[in-house]
Amino acid sequence: MTDSVVRFDRAGLRFGDRVLWEDLTTTVGRGEFLAVLGPNGAGKTTLLKVLLGAEALSSGTVTVGGQPPGRARRRVGYVPQQRAFDPDLPIRGRDLVRFGLDGHRWGVSLPGRAAQRRVDAVLAAVGATGFADAPIGSCSGGEQQRLRIAQALLAQPDLLLCDEPLLSLDPGHQQVVTALVDGCRREVGTAVVFVTHEINPVLPYVDRILYLAGGGWRLGTPSEVLTTATLSDLYGSRVEVFRVENRVVVAGAEI
Amino acid sequence: MSIGDYLALPFAQHALIASTLVAVTCGLVGPFVTCRNMAFAVHASAELAFTGAAAGLLVAGNAVGGALAGAIVVAALIAVLTTRRRERDSAIGVVLAAGLALGVLLLGYYHGFATEATNILFGDIFGVSTGQIVLLAVIAAAATAILTVIHRPLLFASVDPEVAAARGLATGLLGLTFLVLLAFTVTEAAQVVGTLLVLSLAITPAASAQRLAAGPLAMAGLSVAFAVLAADGGLILSLQSGTVKPSVLVASISFALYLGARLAGPGLRRRHRARRVGVAGVADPACPVGPACSVGPAGPVGPVRPAGSGRPGGSATMDT
Repeated sequence: MTDSVVRFDRAGLRFGDRVLWEDLTTTVGRGEFLAVLGPNGAGKTTLLKVLLGAEALSSGTVTVGGQPPGRARRRVGYVPQQRAFDPDLPIRGRDLVRFGLDGHRWGVSLPGRAAQRRVDAVLAAVGATGFADAPIGSCSGGEQQRLRIAQALLAQPDLLLCDEPLLSLDPGHQQVVTALVDGCRREVGTAVVFVTHEINPVLPYVDRILYLAGGGWRLGTPSEVLTTATLSDLYGSRVEVFRVENRVVVAGAEI
Repeated sequence: MSIGDYLALPFAQHALIASTLVAVTCGLVGPFVTCRNMAFAVHASAELAFTGAAAGLLVAGNAVGGALAGAIVVAALIAVLTTRRRERDSAIGVVLAAGLALGVLLLGYYHGFATEATNILFGDIFGVSTGQIVLLAVIAAAATAILTVIHRPLLFASVDPEVAAARGLATGLLGLTFLVLLAFTVTEAAQVVGTLLVLSLAITPAASAQRLAAGPLAMAGLSVAFAVLAADGGLILSLQSGTVKPSVLVASISFALYLGARLAGPGLRRRHRARRVGVAGVADPACPVGPACSVGPAGPVGPVRPAGSGRPGGSATMDT
């Protein structure tokens, strides 16, 4: 984690009078896994939009790879919040994943062996080989989600932004997907910003947690942030954090 | 006269060349029309060719030039009025209504023969001149060239606009480019073969292909094949019958192909998946990521790392 991929400097975001978060100063380093937690409306998705260059900060600055967000977009992978594909689209899972490699390229490119192998390998890694040749509209929500992850990983990005990638996945595949993201950051050094409501599947892998709630934020390792004292302070009300056999359960607040 | 005798005549040959050119162009554009849900834009562009032609006649005595200029105005207006994808159809409706009214008004001021303008609504494929064939060929070549260059980003932006934009594709500009290409193609084709024919060649074959094909390449191939089959088949049948207009027969063949595709489609597409799943079931066991499977679905127990390599399988992907 020598050099930082993302750098926030006194960054803040507000809509009218409503402060989502402000005065955020931190970096996300190469190969770092940052989980972003918090209740709905706390500005988790907006944080990703800022990093994509689709939303401007209200105060402070942010850079991605040393540049303003939106400059080096080919180096940023994005798994958006789930939205089902039109059932009639003439696209197979394989085609969707392939976009991760050359979706932005003009003209004709012959499907090279190497590219084909990379696509096959990533399809196998997310367990999508069985439905890779079916129309994407015929895939279930969880299957589509795994294809999106495969697409984002294929490009081996410097920064991977995931918006609730575990939604509609069963626990087994939540494990598979999180482990894959973890493998990518270890192998390639991808910095990961992972928005999620599901704490436990990502807990074994995350380096730090950014917890957003009620206009404020807390940042630190899971054992620093996921405590009764820290979360009660952030929410401004009594929030209990229990650890049951290494699973974390938060009571008294909507995560 | 047999069909062979007819096909020896220049007017029939011209008609066949023209219909093939229009069919190939429409067949190529069609898949993007269905992917982007733009059937209504095709309809509007085809009908508004009439307004452009009327304006062209009035201003410069040139219906063709007017229609082509009009196509660009229509595309730009639709793009400007559509700020969100969901309101595109109402924007098109607004432009269509105003545009048709304008066309009728303009035609009122024109005191020459207006058949050139009204022809657009119905077209006359047996009256195609050599000049028109050249124009159709140029448009077919240009549309093919443009689509060859932009097809992948356009498909990406059509299927998955959010991620395409995140990857830095100018999705708005791509959409506008396609809209202009579409308006141009449809307008010119409508000039020659009529609005009805354009609709049954730019929408129906692609809609049929969509029911049968799983991938984009297969869909484009089927779409062009269906369009050519309908256009040339309808023309030849019309020559043979001598009484039924070609556009009626082209539309009928196109529609029959669509019905067939709807009946056969679901089974074909499902079988595609079922077969693959069946094969994969053996090669692709429940835990495809290998070492990661040491972490059971019951949830992690502390900071479990996959044994050995410290990362899940799929290493072939991560290397290179």
